[in-house]
Amino acid sequence: MSLLEVRNLFVDFSTPDGTVHAVTDVSFSIAKGETLAIVGESGSGKSQIVFAAMGLLADNGKARGEVLFEGRNLLALKQAQLNNVRANDIAMIFQDPMTSLNPYMRVSEQMTEVLVLHKGMSKSAAHAESVRMLEAVKIPDARSVIRRYPHECSGGMRQRIMIAMSLLCRPKLLIADEPTTALDVTVQAQIMHLLSEIQQEFGTAIILITHDLGVVAGSCENTLVLYGGRILEYGPTRDLFASPAQPYTKGLLSALPRLDEDGEELHTIPGNPPNMMLDIKGCPFAPRCTYRVAECAETMPPLVNFEGGRLRACHVAIEDLK
Amino acid sequence: MAIADQKVQEFSERLVTAEEIKGRSLWQDASRRFFRNKAAFASLIVLTLVVLFTFVGPYFAVWSNEEIDWSVLGQVPTKGVPSFESGHFFGTDDLGRDLYSRVIQGTQISLLVGIIGAGIAVLVGTFYGAVAGYFGGRIDSAMMRTVDILLAIPYMFILILLLMVFGRSVLMLFVGIGLVSWLGMARIVRGQTLSIKNKEFVEAALVTGVHPFTIIFRHIVPNLLGVVAVYATLLVPEMILTESFISFLGLGVQEPNTSWGALISQGASTIQYGTLWQLLFPLFFFVISLFSFYFIGDGLRDALDPKDR
Amino acid sequence: MINFVIRRIGIAIPTLLILIAISFFLMHAAPGGPFNSERGVPPEVLANLNAKYGLDQPLIVQLWNYIWDIITKFDFGPSMVFKTRTVNDIIAQGFPVTFTYGTWSFVVAVVVGVSLGVAAAVNHNSWLDYIAVGISIGAQVLPNFVLAPILVLIFTLGLHWLPGGGWNGGHWPYPVMPIIALSTSFMASIARITRSSMLEVLHSNFIRTARAKGLPKNTVIWKHAFKPSLLPVISYLAPAFVGMITGSVVVDVYFSTGGMGQLFVASATSRDYSTMMGITILYGVLTIVFNMLADILYAWIDPKIRL
Repeated sequence: MSLLEVRNLFVDFSTPDGTVHAVTDVSFSIAKGETLAIVGESGSGKSQIVFAAMGLLADNGKARGEVLFEGRNLLALKQAQLNNVRANDIAMIFQDPMTSLNPYMRVSEQMTEVLVLHKGMSKSAAHAESVRMLEAVKIPDARSVIRRYPHECSGGMRQRIMIAMSLLCRPKLLIADEPTTALDVTVQAQIMHLLSEIQQEFGTAIILITHDLGVVAGSCENTLVLYGGRILEYGPTRDLFASPAQPYTKGLLSALPRLDEDGEELHTIPGNPPNMMLDIKGCPFAPRCTYRVAECAETMPPLVNFEGGRLRACHVAIEDLK
Repeated sequence: MAIADQKVQEFSERLVTAEEIKGRSLWQDASRRFFRNKAAFASLIVLTLVVLFTFVGPYFAVWSNEEIDWSVLGQVPTKGVPSFESGHFFGTDDLGRDLYSRVIQGTQISLLVGIIGAGIAVLVGTFYGAVAGYFGGRIDSAMMRTVDILLAIPYMFILILLLMVFGRSVLMLFVGIGLVSWLGMARIVRGQTLSIKNKEFVEAALVTGVHPFTIIFRHIVPNLLGVVAVYATLLVPEMILTESFISFLGLGVQEPNTSWGALISQGASTIQYGTLWQLLFPLFFFVISLFSFYFIGDGLRDALDPKDR
Repeated sequence: MINFVIRRIGIAIPTLLILIAISFFLMHAAPGGPFNSERGVPPEVLANLNAKYGLDQPLIVQLWNYIWDIITKFDFGPSMVFKTRTVNDIIAQGFPVTFTYGTWSFVVAVVVGVSLGVAAAVNHNSWLDYIAVGISIGAQVLPNFVLAPILVLIFTLGLHWLPGGGWNGGHWPYPVMPIIALSTSFMASIARITRSSMLEVLHSNFIRTARAKGLPKNTVIWKHAFKPSLLPVISYLAPAFVGMITGSVVVDVYFSTGGMGQLFVASATSRDYSTMMGITILYGVLTIVFNMLADILYAWIDPKIRL
C-alpha cells in the first residue's frame, strides 16, 4: 500500500477578482521510504497540493478530492485528528527559514513543545532529545544553539533547526517545500545532502517541492512535473531527465545551465505562466508550446501510461518530440 | 568623458520619466480603487456637502451668529426650539443666539483649524522628515532625537499655557496646533525617504551632480505624496479634535466666535434642561465630518497600497 | 539591557529639563508680572512680594532655583492666586482623584481592548469581528468630551442609574462614568491595533510552522501569536498614556471630580501660572517616565532589541 495517495485533488481560492484554480485534478502516490520531487515554476500550484494535504491552506482556499494517508482521508479529518497527524506522521519544512521559526521564542521551546505534545515527554527528556536531534543534523555545539533565539542563527543553521524539529517525532513522511531556495548555493548542497542522509538513516519518505531541476537530479527517485495546476509528466527521475516525454519538461531541462556543454546562451521558455483565474479548456502549456497542434487548445490531454510506470499528458506523439 | 556624462544624464532622465509615467498610472489606479470604495466615496460626498453648507448656508440665515433674540431669552426651552417660523432653524442657544448661524460659523472655524493644522504639518513635516532621511547620519539622529523629545512632552498643557500667556485668539490656536502637528508627519516622511533614497533614479540623479535639495524636491518629495496625502487626511480630524478639546474646556476661540468643541460644550452643559438640540446639531456635524475624514483617509490608504487590498 | 536602560534615562533627563525651561519661560513671557492684577499695591509691598517669591533675581537664577527646588524637595513653589496655599497643596488635593480613576481607566482600556482585539482577530469575519470593528470606528469619532454628555444623558437623565458628577471620595458608583468616559476611545484604539497585528501575525510563516507542528489552536494563539501581536500595542501605550492624561482634564471638568484637570482649568482661567506649571511639569515627568517604561517593556519582550 502506498503511504500517501492523492486522488483527484482540486484546490480553488476565492478572491475578490474571481476564483483561482490553483490545482486541477491532481492524482499521484508515494510509497514508504520513497523520494518524490514535485517540480514546477512559481504559481504552478505545487505548494498548494501539500498545504491542502496538511490543512494549511489560506482561509479563502478550498480543497476537493481525497488525500489518503495510510488509508485515512486527511481532507475529511477533524482539526484535532489532523493535529495528531501533523508532525507525528507527516512533518513539513518550509521555504524561508528566516521567517518560519518563531522569532520570539527560543529554539529549545519551539522544539520541546513538539515532543511534549505528541510523545507526552517531560520537558527535560524532550530537551535532551532535541539536542540529540540537532546534533543529528550536524549543528555544532547544539547545547548552546538550542538556547538561542532564531535571529541569532544563520540561515543555513535555521533550516537545519527546522529539519531537526520536523524529525523529532520520526515522521513517516517529510514534506520539504523549497527547502533550499532562500539559501546560499554552498549551503543548499549541504542541506540536500543532509536530507538524503536522513532519508537513508530514518527511512523517511520525502516529498521535495522545488522549481530547481538541478536539485532534483541527484536526490529523488521519482519526479512529478506540474504546470498550471495540472500534472504534465511523471516518472523515474533518471528516465525523465534522459528522455523527457512532454514539451514542458523538455523546455525545463534545456533551461538548466550545464557545464558539460558549450553554449553562449541560456535557453528559456518564451511566454508567461497562464492566468489561473481562467477556466482553461485545453493544455495549460499550449500557448507557450512550440510543438502544439490544433487539439491542444481544445482538450486537456489525458495522463497516459507509457514505457511502464511513466505517465505523460500530451497530444503530440513521443516520436515527434525528439 | 563628456559623452559618458551626457549618457548618464539621459539615462537618469529616462529613469525619471519612466518613474513619472509609472507614477501617473499608479495615481489613476488609486483613484479607480478609491471610487470603488463605497464608504470613502460616500464620505467624500458628505464632506463636500458640509463644506458647501458653510458657504451657502449663511444666505438662508435669518439671524446673525451674534444677535440675541430677546423674545426667546429666558424661555429658551420652550421658545428656542428649532422651527422655521421663528427663523431659528436649529433653535437658539442658551443666550438666545441663533444656533443655525453659530453652527455654520463653528463649522467654518473647526474645518479651517483642521485643514490649516494639517497643512502646516504637511509643509514642515515633509521638509523636515525628507531632509533628515536624505542626509542621514548625525544630522538625522540629531533631528529625530529632537522630534522624540518634543513628542514626549504633554503638549496639550503647553498649548493651553501658550494660549493663556499670549492670549486666546484663532491665530494663536493655529500657531500652537501647528507647532506640534508636524512631528508625526516628520517621522513617517523620514522613514519613507530612507527607502526611496536608495532607489536607482535617485542614485542616477546623484551621480550627475544634482544639488541635494533639488533631489529632495524633484525626486523624493513627489514620491512621498501618497503617504503624505493619507496621513494628512487622517491628521485633519486629529487637529479638529485638539481644537474642540481646548474649546470644550472654554480655553479655545473666544466669543462671539465659536467652534464645534465650544458648541458641544455649551450644548452638553444644558442637557438637563431639555434643550437637547443645542447638543445634537453641532454633534451631528462634528460626527459626520470626522467620520468622513477617517473613511477618506482609510480609502486613500487602501487605494494607494494595493498589497493591502 | 542595562546599557539600554541607561541610554533611555539619558534621553529622559534632557526632555524633562526642556519641558521645565519651556514652561518657565512661557510663564515669564506672560504680559506683566504675576502681581500686576492687584491694583493699588504700594511699590514697597510689591517689592516685598517680589522678593518673597524671588522674582527680583535674574531670570536664569530663578529658573535654577525653581528646578533645584523641584529636584531636591519636589516643591513647585507657592500658588500665585491662592496666597496661603502652595502648588504642592493643590496637587495633593487633586492628584489622588485623577490617579485613581486614571489607573482604572488605563487597566480597563488595555484589558478590554486587548481581549476584544484578540477575539475579533481569531474569529475573523464573524459577527464578533464586525462588532469589534464597529466599536473601534465609532469610538474614533466619540472623544471623551462627546461621550461624557451622552453618558450623562443616558445613565443619569434617562435611566437614573449613575450620578452625573461628583466624586464622593471615590465611592461606588461615582467613578464609573469617569472611567467609561476616559477609557472607551483608548479601549477601541487598542482593540483595533491588537486585531490588525494579531491578524498579521496569524498569517505569518512561523504561525504556519506552529500549525504544521500539530499544536492545538489555543496553543498557537496564546503561546506563539500573542506575544508578537502585543508589540504594536506596547508602542501605543505611551501615546495612550499621554492621551489619557489629556483626556482626564475633560473628565475632571465635566464630572466635577475635583481632580487635577479641574484644578488645571481653574488655574488657567485665574492665570495662576505657578499652579499651571506645576501640573504641567508633574504630568511631563509622569509621561516621560512612562515612555521610558514602555520602551523598556518593549525591549524586554522583543528579543531582537536586546542591544
